[in-house]
Amino acid sequence: MATLALLQARQTYVGKQYYYRNNVVNTFREQENAAVVKIQSWFRGCQIRAYLRHLGRAATIIQKWWRSYLGRKQFQLTVKVAYYTMKMNLYNAMAVRIQKRWRGYKVRKYLFNYFYFKEYLRAVSETNDAIREALEEFAEMKEREEKKANLEREERKKNHQARKTHYLLSTNQIPGIYNSPFRKEPDPWELRLQKVKPLTHRKPKVKEEYNTDLTSWLACTSARSFPPSEILPPINRKQCQGPFRDITDVLEQRYKPLEPTLWVTEPINELKLAREQLRREQWVRNVNDNMFFPFASYHKNSKYIPSIHTSSKYGPDSYGKQQFRAENPKKWICDKDFQTVLPSFELFSKYGKLYSKAGEIV
Amino acid sequence: IHSLTMDLWIPNGQEGVMSLLRPLLLDVVPTIQQTAALALGRLANYNDDLAEAVVKGDILPQLVYSLAEQNRFYKKAAAFVLRAVGKHSPQLAQAIVDCGALDTLVICLEDFDPGVKEAAVWAIGYIARHNAELSQAVVDAGAVPLLVLCIQEPEIALKRIAASALSDISKHSPELAQTVVDAGAIAHLAQMILNPDSKLKRQVLSALSQVAKHSVDLAEMVVEAEIFPVVLTCLKDKDEYVKKNACTLIREIAKHTPELSQLIVNAGGVAAVIDCIGSCKGNIRLPGIMMLGYVAAHSENLAMAVIISKGVPQLSICLSEEPEDHIKAAAAWALGQIGRHTPEHARAVAVTNTLPVLLALYMSAESSEDLQVKSKKAIKNILQKCTYLPALEPFLYDAPPNILKHVVGQFSKVLPHDSKARRLFVTSGGLKKVQEIKAEPGSLLQEYIHSINNCYPEEIVRYYSPGYSDTLLQRVDSYQPLIN
Repeated sequence: MATLALLQARQTYVGKQYYYRNNVVNTFREQENAAVVKIQSWFRGCQIRAYLRHLGRAATIIQKWWRSYLGRKQFQLTVKVAYYTMKMNLYNAMAVRIQKRWRGYKVRKYLFNYFYFKEYLRAVSETNDAIREALEEFAEMKEREEKKANLEREERKKNHQARKTHYLLSTNQIPGIYNSPFRKEPDPWELRLQKVKPLTHRKPKVKEEYNTDLTSWLACTSARSFPPSEILPPINRKQCQGPFRDITDVLEQRYKPLEPTLWVTEPINELKLAREQLRREQWVRNVNDNMFFPFASYHKNSKYIPSIHTSSKYGPDSYGKQQFRAENPKKWICDKDFQTVLPSFELFSKYGKLYSKAGEIV
Repeated sequence: IHSLTMDLWIPNGQEGVMSLLRPLLLDVVPTIQQTAALALGRLANYNDDLAEAVVKGDILPQLVYSLAEQNRFYKKAAAFVLRAVGKHSPQLAQAIVDCGALDTLVICLEDFDPGVKEAAVWAIGYIARHNAELSQAVVDAGAVPLLVLCIQEPEIALKRIAASALSDISKHSPELAQTVVDAGAIAHLAQMILNPDSKLKRQVLSALSQVAKHSVDLAEMVVEAEIFPVVLTCLKDKDEYVKKNACTLIREIAKHTPELSQLIVNAGGVAAVIDCIGSCKGNIRLPGIMMLGYVAAHSENLAMAVIISKGVPQLSICLSEEPEDHIKAAAAWALGQIGRHTPEHARAVAVTNTLPVLLALYMSAESSEDLQVKSKKAIKNILQKCTYLPALEPFLYDAPPNILKHVVGQFSKVLPHDSKARRLFVTSGGLKKVQEIKAEPGSLLQEYIHSINNCYPEEIVRYYSPGYSDTLLQRVDSYQPLIN
């Protein structure tokens, strides 16, 4: 127990001694701690850095390999695209060549064919020249014709004039005015007058009526069978041998005029002619040309055409109808007639006062 | 009565004479009726007031009624009255149609006497002349087949007047022209082109051109009647109006489509028309000039065909010679149509020295509005394609600014590519003139001038710029001499 009390009395001294002994170390403890911490931290840092470096290298390698893979893939694509573009460019260039040729051909052949156009213009100008020539010829021809017609007209006029003045022709005794003896040769008019037929006044040509008179006919009119001879046979002709009749008898018989009977002399249509003549005589005397119809029903449908004098608006002419002394009681102002102051003539007193009313038109 | 008709050329106290003549128309003696009708006709012919008096005096119904009945002298006289009344104005013609004269006239067309037919056709022609309704009334009365029959009659006067009536009917509208064609008129008209009578040819050609002008189909039908190349002989006729009507016919055919123009060119029509233009003067030339314009307007090949037929010198002669403005305008238009297609065409027009003439016409104050407009358009069209520099140079000097712009533009297009032209441009003083032009900065003209200036080295441009001598003198003044 004493030790315990001793120990307990020393407890605090031990404790403090413990503390003081350990405290010595304390002064260096922090230094040492700090040093240790520094060393450790530096070492740890190195460790981790080395680890990170290692990781970094690994990541680089991985990325390197991954990127190269990607790049190669991309490159393949680019190569493909470039190849494709190159091919397409080639095709395009070839297509352009073809289109160039084709378009040039098309325009030159179909749209504007220069040579064809040149030909066409040449053909047009040739046609123009031909037409111009033809028209010139036509105009010349017309002129010539007109000149000819004019000349002919002149000629005809002059000839007509010459025919009218034919009396101016020179005779053997008297030289005419165009044939003066002092001239070397006669005037052209003189020659014209000589050539031309004298003009006579033309009688109006009466149209000859076809004569159906029987007496002008011969029994047989053929010229071959009985040629009418105008020349008489010679007087001292030797008598023909043979049983021939006297020539005068023969001719007399041959050319005996026809002596037709009364029945034959009349024309065959004499009844018709007589009717015509009668009709003509009646027509002269006719007042009305329309045929007479016995019944009113025959001219039921014909429109009544009033005569001009009744159908015109203007009243009938009073000349010749109204007498000077005719009285018109309707026109009187008052109802009564004039009073006769002086005695009238015997003749006039009877006017209007006849015994009978017959003949008066009311 | 006869003395009454003899001195009727003097208008006789208006309506007093109508009431005198009216009862004479109803006289018993036929000669008096005819003479009275003739007197009325001559009165109405003279003056349209008298014609109106005839209409107001109710004479027409009486005439129409007796036209159907009487003998041929009366018919001729009555048709003469109808013609004389109908020719003055559409209202009078309408009055004639209203009193039913057309049917009786058409009946007269079937008469045997050619004089009656002629008078009736004349009256019908005058009525149809005024407007489309009256023509339609004439056609409805059934006149057209009878007119075609009249054309085939041997009398020349009847043919003439029937052709003129057909021309008057068909000129108003395509339907009327189609009616005339359906009646078979074209074949007969085409045959009559060869007839030697010139008045007949006038009317026939006029009728054909009135038919052909309305549409392509009608023009093709006229062409199918084989009028080419016979029509070209009519271009050499002595009568001026035959030439004019022949040119009109060809123009009406050419104006529809390029194919028809091609046909005319292939038949040598262009050369014939050009010769015809050369031989005429004045208004006769006008249809020929227009025909060339229409042909050239269709396509550049046809324009080239016109050029090689020597059309351009002829047109420029017309342009300078003619006194009338409308013919000049037509010639300017035609030249514009020829030159507007390609540089070749423009060159062909420019070498004949027509451009200065056109410019003068445009600038002159005496030219009419129409002429100025047309010459301006022609100049513009030709200049836009012209690369022939010698012809363009005079324009630099006298042209107004709106045309100058185009001229300078053309120079700016040609000069960069042609060295000889550049040299010529400088030596002829063109560059100098271009420098003197004042242009607003930023305008098209300025750009053109700029591009021209770029074709030349700077010293030359500066040399020719205005006021260069002054700047040189200033330099002399300010120069310090080298004292050695």
